[in-house]
Amino acid sequence: MNKFRKTFSSVSILVLAFLALTSCNSNEAEKSNVDASKIVISGTMDAVLTSPPFVPASVGDRPAKKLIVNMEILEQEGTMTDGTTYIYWTFGGSVPGSFIRSRVGDEVEFTLSNHPDNKLPHNIDLHAVTGPGGGATSSFVAPGHEKTFSFKTLNPGLYVYHCATAPVGMHIANGMYGLILVEPEGGLPKVDKEYYIMQGDFYTKGENGEPGLQAFDMKKAVEEDADYVVFNGKVGALTGDNAITANVGETVRLYVGNGGPNLVSSFHVIGEIFDKVNIEGGSLINENVQTTLIPAGGASIVEFKVDVPGTFIIVDHSIFRAFNKGALGMLKVTGEEDKKLYSGVQQEGIYNPEGGTIQTMPTDDSKKQTVKKVKTLAEKIESGKNIYTKTCFACHQANGEGIASAFPPLAKSDYLNDDVKRAIGIVLNGKTGEITVNGEKYNSIMTKQTLTSVEVAEVLTYVYNSWGNNKTNVTANMVDEVKNGH
Amino acid sequence: MLLIAVKANCQSKMVTIKGGTYTPLYGRDSLQVTILDFEMDVYPVTNKDFLEFIKKKSKWKKSKIIRLFADENYLYSWKSDTSLNKSQSLEAPITNVSWFVANAYCECQGKRLPTIDEWEYVAMANEKLPDARILKTYNEFILSWYEKPKTFNNKIGSTFKNYWGVFDLHGLVWEWTSDFNSVLISGESRKDVDNDSNLFCGSAAVGATDLMNYAAFMRYAIRGSVKAKYTMKNLGFRCVKDKITN
Repeated sequence: MNKFRKTFSSVSILVLAFLALTSCNSNEAEKSNVDASKIVISGTMDAVLTSPPFVPASVGDRPAKKLIVNMEILEQEGTMTDGTTYIYWTFGGSVPGSFIRSRVGDEVEFTLSNHPDNKLPHNIDLHAVTGPGGGATSSFVAPGHEKTFSFKTLNPGLYVYHCATAPVGMHIANGMYGLILVEPEGGLPKVDKEYYIMQGDFYTKGENGEPGLQAFDMKKAVEEDADYVVFNGKVGALTGDNAITANVGETVRLYVGNGGPNLVSSFHVIGEIFDKVNIEGGSLINENVQTTLIPAGGASIVEFKVDVPGTFIIVDHSIFRAFNKGALGMLKVTGEEDKKLYSGVQQEGIYNPEGGTIQTMPTDDSKKQTVKKVKTLAEKIESGKNIYTKTCFACHQANGEGIASAFPPLAKSDYLNDDVKRAIGIVLNGKTGEITVNGEKYNSIMTKQTLTSVEVAEVLTYVYNSWGNNKTNVTANMVDEVKNGH
Repeated sequence: MLLIAVKANCQSKMVTIKGGTYTPLYGRDSLQVTILDFEMDVYPVTNKDFLEFIKKKSKWKKSKIIRLFADENYLYSWKSDTSLNKSQSLEAPITNVSWFVANAYCECQGKRLPTIDEWEYVAMANEKLPDARILKTYNEFILSWYEKPKTFNNKIGSTFKNYWGVFDLHGLVWEWTSDFNSVLISGESRKDVDNDSNLFCGSAAVGATDLMNYAAFMRYAIRGSVKAKYTMKNLGFRCVKDKITN
């Protein structure tokens, strides 16, 4: 059970080349048969703890030591998403809690301090601990107090820690979880970039996006009806300026945990294949994996070499969680393009299975229009907003800000304001291929929308009259003109 | 008006609690508990009340107390042995006091600390009902307090007046009870589930019952986490007195 098997994918040649410099396979396999409980420690060191998405430096070839870990529990208000806050309960002031890095055979002396301003007692259950409650029994600590206990790390792997005080579910749902890595002797193989990501589900009184301080909702938690499913404690913790980064040619290792409390994660990086996965954070390595399942209260180590530049979207592939509840992160890779590996768009066109020119029944517009009452601009904007929320919101986002590098913004958009007919055409027919919006290039696909002319007019009128756009009032006639004109 | 009444009379105001039989949510050996009539302080003991006490009983002063009876955080925010810090309100509940001190204070008034059963019996009331535990609103109020920071510096009487005429049992600070440590919570709450089914009586049903338990669990968790010499910023107390019946 102590074996950290090292097998190598034949495709990840570079990884192999790198390792060939530092280690010899057969020797390490023999070493790891040592009974971890008998490893003698030499010396003492203070553990370096890091907030997500960062991890402390590798243990390298240091001997097993007495490792001093001091962790403080803070109950504090934080941002869930723009305009929405939440009272998080944290290990070390972040969700997930501070990352702990140790090696097999270490004697960890763990001190858990509960800040005097906190209301509740807490404790910690580390899945890396062999002992009753994983340390929970010995670390139960009242506000304004601290408790110390020690344990020896016997099994290498990536482990979740969490609070286990009644009501356990509520403590976890408020953010009380994190990861502890126990490296094998000699450390894990060296890679270029390492990051710490942890998924969690949150249950709030208000629905997703409702502004203000949101309280925990016990009923939704029991029903497993999550309002937010996020990486690293909040929406956007890993997007935009917070995205994790790498350069072309580098090997990236992600330490991924799932705090739950309820949901299981289908962890996936769009546009990448994991060269190696330490399944469930243990010693078994799978290769060439697209999506890896991470149980609540479990973890996984994934590793891949980034070969081409671009933004790679990190998701829970239970995909509504990604686009509607926040489980979305980004890995930005910079460097030279390699057209042999990924060409970009080579040809573009609009595809209609039955041919582009046929298939619309002529409609008698004059009759219909006499029945409908004419809406005022304000009413059009109102209805347009509803259509936007149902149809466009998921990609273009609540305030038309879009998602960087994936979906272009509609707010203050030069591309939109330049040409109304083009905009109408895109809503009617969809759009593929590269466009430039506000100086940024986007290369994505928008599907054709099944909306009536009136609806297209309304939604575009809403968009044009929002977020600093040019206030064009789009009419159903304009939409029909575009429909019939092309 | 009520605050004035407190100020005027250093023997703080009490109300009569009519005894009865009820099922506590959590933590006693027998399912039903019978409470005799007793009197309870309307408000938690305030900083002002405690100042008066400490002026008379110097062995409980911050500088004189024996460590066995209170930890290092005893009266942590106080400026000196007999004065508060600027940020502290006279009308706020006294906190950062140990069980020993709370016990001595009540004795000095000719009173005592309530038992867990007495405290819980009065605390299950809302404004209208003596037992409001099955109401969603009642439980939501309690749970929401757990998430409100720094309520320890709020004035007494700032939460609701319950059925018995008692204020601030929920929403201000935790309160000491005489037998706080009689329920053994190991700190490993999941183990408690397996070993002692009494601890979770009535927890089988989903919905309101669960919410109810969650609110109570947290009180029992805090009681289980403390020792008699502990002092905490969010932990105060009030006193009770047996009812003399003819």
